[in-house]
Amino acid sequence: MAADIRPKRPFRWHIAIFLAPAVLVYTAIMILPLAGTLQLSLFRNIDQHQVFVGLGNFRTLFGDPNWSVNFWNALRNNVWFFIIHMLVQNPIGVLLAALLSSPKLRFSAFYRTAIFVPTILSFVIVGFAWKLILSPLWGVAPHLLDFVGLKSLFTPWLGKEQYALTALSLVSVWQFIGIPMMLIYAALLSIPDEVIEAAECDGITGMSQFWKIKLPLILPSIGIISILTFVGNFNAFDLIYTAQGALAGPNYSTDILGTFLYRAFFGFQLQVGDPNMGATIATIMFLIILGGVCVYLFLIQTRLRRYQF
Amino acid sequence: MSTATRSLPRTIGAHAILLTYTAIALFPVILVIMNSFKSRAGIFSEPLTPPTPKTFDLIGYTTVIGQGDFFHYFQNSLVVTVGSLFFVLLFGAMAAFALSEYRFRGNTLMGLYLALGIMIPIRLATVAILQLMVASGLVNTLTALILVYTAQGLPLAVFILSEFMKQVSDDLKNAGRIDGLSEYTIFFRLVLPLVRPSMATVAVFTMIPIWNDLWFPLILAPSEETKTVTLGAQLFLGQFVTNWNAILAALSLAILPVLILYVIFSRQLIRGITSGAVK
Repeated sequence: MAADIRPKRPFRWHIAIFLAPAVLVYTAIMILPLAGTLQLSLFRNIDQHQVFVGLGNFRTLFGDPNWSVNFWNALRNNVWFFIIHMLVQNPIGVLLAALLSSPKLRFSAFYRTAIFVPTILSFVIVGFAWKLILSPLWGVAPHLLDFVGLKSLFTPWLGKEQYALTALSLVSVWQFIGIPMMLIYAALLSIPDEVIEAAECDGITGMSQFWKIKLPLILPSIGIISILTFVGNFNAFDLIYTAQGALAGPNYSTDILGTFLYRAFFGFQLQVGDPNMGATIATIMFLIILGGVCVYLFLIQTRLRRYQF
Repeated sequence: MSTATRSLPRTIGAHAILLTYTAIALFPVILVIMNSFKSRAGIFSEPLTPPTPKTFDLIGYTTVIGQGDFFHYFQNSLVVTVGSLFFVLLFGAMAAFALSEYRFRGNTLMGLYLALGIMIPIRLATVAILQLMVASGLVNTLTALILVYTAQGLPLAVFILSEFMKQVSDDLKNAGRIDGLSEYTIFFRLVLPLVRPSMATVAVFTMIPIWNDLWFPLILAPSEETKTVTLGAQLFLGQFVTNWNAILAALSLAILPVLILYVIFSRQLIRGITSGAVK
């Protein structure tokens, strides 16, 4: 062909034109500000000038009691928030998906649609609706517990320091269970019938079929939902903010990194907002998320066998 | 098969678990909508029963419609969501086409660069985004939100769409080239119509987080003029903490449009997830 005879092809402008808008918007609004935020964390505003302080802000964040108490508290809470999701959301999601994917199950489209409803609702709705339900004023939660004879267990969970975070984590689990359910469901559907039939020929059915055949095959999807949960949890803000406000009460017991970042950056009540400290916290969140993603990509994903059918 | 004989108890068990979880998933939504149609006394005395002629009351809705500027917020949300969706789909499809159709130096690198944003949330860049918007005078405009959401939606859109564009037949495109069509015509006339179903999937995925987002409206556009529904509802609920009728009515008004859209598009959404787009 003519193009091959010539040593050099002419520059293909259309490729650049196809790529340009996406790359420009993405770079200008996301990558550069992200880099800018990381950079800001190395500076401090002294007498209206940005002065380079190296890792000074990080030392303040980890060591200065004004910051470090709140920071470690938020980090601890965030880890607990994540643990609850991993222990409750993902196993229930897998269970629901396993039930849904059983062949000849009736109404599975209805169940799928209904269980996914909370996921599409906004945090504002979810936060407030649950706040009302758990409120001792309205009495829906004690009323329901009364049906099963457990009324004595009721306390205003969102108002007690020791329960509030767990209660909110469970609300978040309630909201997002649709995502692991759907992804696992999709993975289970993609297992070819021959594999299942071969297992049945060998007498492996029911529960042991799930544990021995299906679970190993869906491990890559479980890896994906774990990393999605990780990123989502360490970036969470909205639910806590709508249910408990920016102060993440009672007494900061539901404070996570997202709400801590918001208060540091914007200030709240008596505290003055500090963009540099905000950027420092955002940098820590960035490093945590990046670390999680790297662990996933290099340690977990490469070890999970992918089966090609 | 032998499964038929022993599957009855198993089937009943499966239905029992799924029904229980469906009840847990839908209960709060139904409870809120049900009680929004009751009088204050009805809400507190019989929270778990549907409204009866005795407890039926629309006072909550009249308060909300009288007080909050919800129609305006709704418009803002609509402008922001539709605007960002348009740019995400157009720019995303163009970039996905370039990445999946042509071999050029840096192709893989560019793909990885754009995929970075799938895992790293744009929210972490907020501090500098706010500075950028202040510097360019875009604070408290819907444009700022549209720009941010476009950047937020692009990585996943490019990723999913390029997977689908690889499946478009090469013969078709080459036939177009032989007929003298330009690369732009091939993209807009041949490829785009063929990937329309996957565009719908991407649209649903992009739309939900934008419509529900609270963080960026709160930070970039909190003024009365530019409030979105989510932010408006949040502030409204904060003001009316003690007016339960109004709160429940506002919550129901916020749930209903999303719920209706979901029921219309749920098939599309679920097909999108289960078709292996997120493999």
